[in-house]
Amino acid sequence: MIKIEHLVKNYGTNCAVDDISLEIGAGEIVGFLGPNGAGKSTTMNILTGYLSSTAGRVSVGGIDVMASPLEAKKQIGYLPEQPPLYLDMTVDEYLKFNYDVKGCTFNREAHIAEICEVVKIGDVRRRVIRNLSKGYRQRVGIAGALVGKPKVLIFDEPTVGLDPKQIIEIRNLIRNLGREHTVILSTHILQEVQAVCDRIVIINKGRIVADEQTGNIARVIENNRRFNVKICGPQAQVLQTLKNTQGITYAEVLAERDSDSYTYTIESAPGVDIRKKLFFTLAERGWAMIGLEALGLSLEDIFITVVNKSDEKDSPSARYSRRASKARAKGAIESQLAESMVNEADKRREAASALGLTDTDDE
Amino acid sequence: MLAIYKKELRSYFINPIGYVFLGIFLAVSALLCCYTTIVSGTYDASNYFFFLMLTFVILIPLLTMRLFAEERKLRTEQLLLTAPVSITGMVMGKFFAAFTIFGGAMLFSCINFIPLYVTAAIERPNAAYEFYRIGPVTGEIVGCTVCLILIGAAFIAIGTFISSLTENQLASAVITISVIAAMLGISLLNSYIEIYWLRVVLDWISVYGRFANFANGIFDFAAILYYVSISFVFLFLTVRVYEKRRWG
Repeated sequence: MIKIEHLVKNYGTNCAVDDISLEIGAGEIVGFLGPNGAGKSTTMNILTGYLSSTAGRVSVGGIDVMASPLEAKKQIGYLPEQPPLYLDMTVDEYLKFNYDVKGCTFNREAHIAEICEVVKIGDVRRRVIRNLSKGYRQRVGIAGALVGKPKVLIFDEPTVGLDPKQIIEIRNLIRNLGREHTVILSTHILQEVQAVCDRIVIINKGRIVADEQTGNIARVIENNRRFNVKICGPQAQVLQTLKNTQGITYAEVLAERDSDSYTYTIESAPGVDIRKKLFFTLAERGWAMIGLEALGLSLEDIFITVVNKSDEKDSPSARYSRRASKARAKGAIESQLAESMVNEADKRREAASALGLTDTDDE
Repeated sequence: MLAIYKKELRSYFINPIGYVFLGIFLAVSALLCCYTTIVSGTYDASNYFFFLMLTFVILIPLLTMRLFAEERKLRTEQLLLTAPVSITGMVMGKFFAAFTIFGGAMLFSCINFIPLYVTAAIERPNAAYEFYRIGPVTGEIVGCTVCLILIGAAFIAIGTFISSLTENQLASAVITISVIAAMLGISLLNSYIEIYWLRVVLDWISVYGRFANFANGIFDFAAILYYVSISFVFLFLTVRVYEKRRWG
């Protein structure tokens, strides 16, 4: 549906988007994730034809955005970061204007009524937008993007500044829209991506540093492999035993001491439920296990690690930044996962650029 | 383009600015007409048109200041630029909306001439000389009105261009006022310039210099072409401003 090839955008000497290649299929909900200033909005603005790219090709539904912008724009509904609302219009007038300006040809009243139904703004249709609350304005913005039944919907941080209830409503709305449209969503809220998107693309410093199905990441997160264990026994020996136990890939003593017991953090190998084995191993030696706590692995950790990894690759000095060292102190799982994600994205980019090179050779 | 045109036209009447413009324009033109013709005891309307042209300095920026500046400030231009409308269509829609208001006001102000014709009709039977022509010259009035509408179009195009350069309405208005004032000022003052070639050049590009022909009752096609080209050039520049911003 959407194809981005070697997209580059420079603002003067400042490189906002640095060689992004991406393909998005029909009906996918893709989340663009990244720190502020990573190039998410720029990429979206180029997709919608608001900005032009310095280099690279973008096509929507097989139509090149630069070559035939009007045709491409017809397929896109865009909600920028700040909804482009004419504050002195009523909601109805605004949607009618959207309808006219997009040059749609179906029944106007029925179409607008249907959209109002979908985004639940039927009760404010006669009100002037200036007097609406932020949540309603956001919905009117979404309604505006929906006018004309575009195949692709692009939302730039659609839930910023909304209250928690509205956020959930908007997320549900986007999920529902994803059944009929291809949706691209940018955000820096991780739960949002997890809740809404099928696929996560992490962008940092204008590059794609990771591109994964949400399901894959969620599986890793749910597949709990890290525990805090409280064991009574001599610290050094216990640790040694833990390390020698098959199925445990990582063990470490936490500084917590509680009379004669210590807390250890362990990680098991993938696909191994270590708990039973651990119990019996410890029981054999007469060390009582008095606590077992499963530790969650959050998307936040993965995200931060991924971003840091990509930072590290760019400049070795980032290795010593506080954020990086804090993240490194965390366990190895994020690290592994992030490493594999970053490497995979790198490989993909290299493969893409190799393809691109042969392409140009052919030409 | 039609959608943008309609929206702009409507917004002139949602905001007070449209009413302010029409009110001031009609009041000022009526007063001017009254003072330059009936009170001064003449049927010659060329003075009226001259003074009316001077009011454009203040009135045209009222129409053009918000065209693009406001959209840019409220970020609503993103909607227009991501909609399947060409930049040319967008600029034209906005230009013609402002031009419609202005042209409408200009045509409506023609009712100012009714008293002239009425007085002439009363005076004519009592005239001492049969061969002396009494009453306003309709051809001149039509010519001058057409000419002024085109001058207005040129100024609106200039205002549109300036509005696209800034997101501050006030700055846009002030700059437009200065530019229009300078254009008219140069035309009026160039007879004081001693350097011959400079005077000729300024005379050639001056807005007022070309209007003088109309005031003398000559329908000057070259002048019409001149005003149309000024409008065209500045609208073209506005389109370029938006193109450039996309590439920036």
